[in-house]
Amino acid sequence: MAYVAIADRDHEIEHHDPQTFITKYIWSQDHKVIAVQYGLTAIFVGLIALGLSALMRLQLGFPDQFSYINPENYYQFITMHGMIMVIYLLTALFLGGFGNYLIPLMCGSRDMVFPYLNMLSYWVYLLSVIILVTSFFVPGGSTGAGWTLYPPQAIMAGTPGVDWGIVLMLLSLAVFIVAFTMGGLNYVTTVLQARCRGMTLMRMPLSVWGIFIATVLGLLAFPALLVSAIMMLLDKALHTSFFMPAISLMGADPGYTGGSPILFQHLFWFFGHPEVYIVALPAFGIVSDLLSTHARKNIFGYRMMVWAIVAIGGLSFIVWAHHMYVSGMNPYFGFFFATTTLIIAVPTAIKVYNWVLTLWEGNIHLRVPMLFAIGFIFTFIHGGLTGLFLGNVTIDLPLSDTYFVVAHFHMVMGVSPILVVFGAIYHWWPKITGRMYNETLGRWHFWMTFIGTYSIYLPMHYLGFQGVPRRYFAMGNTEFMPESAQDLNAWITVSALFVAATQVLFFINMIWSLSKGPKSDPNPWHATTLEWQTPDHPPKHGNWGHELPVVHRWAYDYSVPGYDDDYIPQNVSADDAPAGRDHGGAH
Amino acid sequence: MSEAVLSSGAAVEAPGTKGVMDDFSRDKQVFGMPWGKAMMWIFLLSDTFIFSCFLVSYMMVRISTTDPWPIPSEVFALSFGGDPIPLILIAIMTFILITSSGTMAMAVNMGYRKDRSKTFWLMLATAVLGASFVGMQAFEWTKLIMEGVRPWGNPFGAAQFGSSFFMITGFHGMHVSAGVIYLLVVAFRVKNGFYEKRGGNYEIVEIAGLYWHFVDLVWVFIFAFFYLW
Repeated sequence: MAYVAIADRDHEIEHHDPQTFITKYIWSQDHKVIAVQYGLTAIFVGLIALGLSALMRLQLGFPDQFSYINPENYYQFITMHGMIMVIYLLTALFLGGFGNYLIPLMCGSRDMVFPYLNMLSYWVYLLSVIILVTSFFVPGGSTGAGWTLYPPQAIMAGTPGVDWGIVLMLLSLAVFIVAFTMGGLNYVTTVLQARCRGMTLMRMPLSVWGIFIATVLGLLAFPALLVSAIMMLLDKALHTSFFMPAISLMGADPGYTGGSPILFQHLFWFFGHPEVYIVALPAFGIVSDLLSTHARKNIFGYRMMVWAIVAIGGLSFIVWAHHMYVSGMNPYFGFFFATTTLIIAVPTAIKVYNWVLTLWEGNIHLRVPMLFAIGFIFTFIHGGLTGLFLGNVTIDLPLSDTYFVVAHFHMVMGVSPILVVFGAIYHWWPKITGRMYNETLGRWHFWMTFIGTYSIYLPMHYLGFQGVPRRYFAMGNTEFMPESAQDLNAWITVSALFVAATQVLFFINMIWSLSKGPKSDPNPWHATTLEWQTPDHPPKHGNWGHELPVVHRWAYDYSVPGYDDDYIPQNVSADDAPAGRDHGGAH
Repeated sequence: MSEAVLSSGAAVEAPGTKGVMDDFSRDKQVFGMPWGKAMMWIFLLSDTFIFSCFLVSYMMVRISTTDPWPIPSEVFALSFGGDPIPLILIAIMTFILITSSGTMAMAVNMGYRKDRSKTFWLMLATAVLGASFVGMQAFEWTKLIMEGVRPWGNPFGAAQFGSSFFMITGFHGMHVSAGVIYLLVVAFRVKNGFYEKRGGNYEIVEIAGLYWHFVDLVWVFIFAFFYLW
């Protein structure tokens, strides 16, 4: 059998260390620099989206108090908030940011397999962000079609931003997909082909597993979005009728004929549902590593965790139409999609049990990353349970398009991944910057964010049961809603503004740490994974100095009986381990 | 094999599925091929999904439209003095593209034999055949446009006919054009010894070939679903 040791292929990466500021930090091919570029850009657009949500909440909490929020603006805020948060912040941050930083370091590679393509991926992503931000400033403003961009309204007169906004939105998505494909091919190939010696697939940290499977999902799901973006662009620009049925607009005939709006919904959700897991799977993986490291205990059921990630990834491609129950479909389809949707709860529940069992009798250190990780378990269970409600056709129909849905998906794919993002940033901050942050400030940040988000979203579930519809600019005098619903809405707005303001603590902490933070230990959390064992701290270009690491054990040798330390790094061999005896659960 | 020995002693292969799984997940490249080739395969998988979405969407709008669908064998017919011959141009185009897959496969073979001259000429032939395919497609587009077919409507029937036709063949034509450029770049690099300086490795010819065969294969599906149906 042809066998090529991975380490023997080192010569394929050229080690010309960048010299000038520009090659080091701007046109850099170093995966770590690209990761930071991705991360900063994503957080920047994320802040825009956060601001938009605050504006939206101001209108909902205190209707008609703010002259600068009119219905058109409100729909633009909603649309751009959703689109930015899901795609330009979370997808880019988890895969472009953490994926770039962690994959080569955790797999023991020197870089991504094709660093130049990787660099290109970031710059094309930046281009897509620029196109996106430009759409705020064109005549008519950005699109207000809702983040799902459903036709026919997305490209028909009356929707805000129908002239330029929607065109730039679709263009930006297409460019983003090109960027993601260039990056994603790199991540997948690096994981498959360029691990260091000893790093078997079943020794990889779960962070890498999560990011890897999420990237595979992205490579297979984004094509559907690309195709729907192209077809809608054609409908808009060339007046084709892919998605546009024969329709009358204000008594006039806009000239469309025979297209299928449902086709767009199918394409969009064939992308849109895996997209949920593109955001969630990296969070699953990362949170597993945070819990294990800070509980000083091996992750419970590692193999099951890996298979659960793979199973969730596979299932996520056959559930998409549960977003379309109200669009109308053959009842047998509803039955099929409800069944597959509920089946996803099985591997997901396995993961949750395993996280909790990892904590059980662990030596828990309630440091900032751990707080965020445990916070994630809470918010994820809440969001997941409401998903069981919405997965059932009969329960979904009345709850659809209410605040219940908003609360559900914000809990499960908004708050939960963002808590992991914060936890991960706090966790890897010392490795990325070489400095520590302020622990107290970090704790304040966690508790205010965590309690604040609950204060936003728990009442929203209740409002949903009351039937308060989502996406409405103003509720008016609707009989089925009690007057107190407005009081709760105001409370939600106050909480949302509070949580948004709280994020200042995070930025103060990080900016302070960059200049004044104490220098960190190379392995401050006593973690086992490879990225903490680099010869330089923070790791330099090429990551590993002269010799690649050799991995001897899995990523979770914490508190192994018989050893002096409560952790054994992956690159410590059985002979070198402090008590000289291999206890590892390695396979 | 011995390089792969793990500290945990997993060198002995277990029988059956477990052995396959163990081998698959070992500390080696999952696919025994260069990085670029693995990446090309993964890219093509992703690209397959793009074309599948295009074709499924085409079928869907063909079902959803209420206007009659034009008969492709009549629309795509050419007459050379006599009666119109159905699909004659498409048949020639398909023949040319499949021939180019043949020359490409020969080029890959010659590349591994390090016969630089033959590799170059075969790749050049492939690129020329590809370019002539694009040229005939341009001719076909022009003919249809002259007959009044537009993305938003056509005289033969359902508007979606023109929309799907221009979109799908256009997207495929862009793939072929990109492939022609890619082939030419690699061909001239083979000729001037670029890869000799990099260890005389001609896997790149095969990687370009993978892409080329994929584009051909996609055409077969477009031919079947758009022209023959």
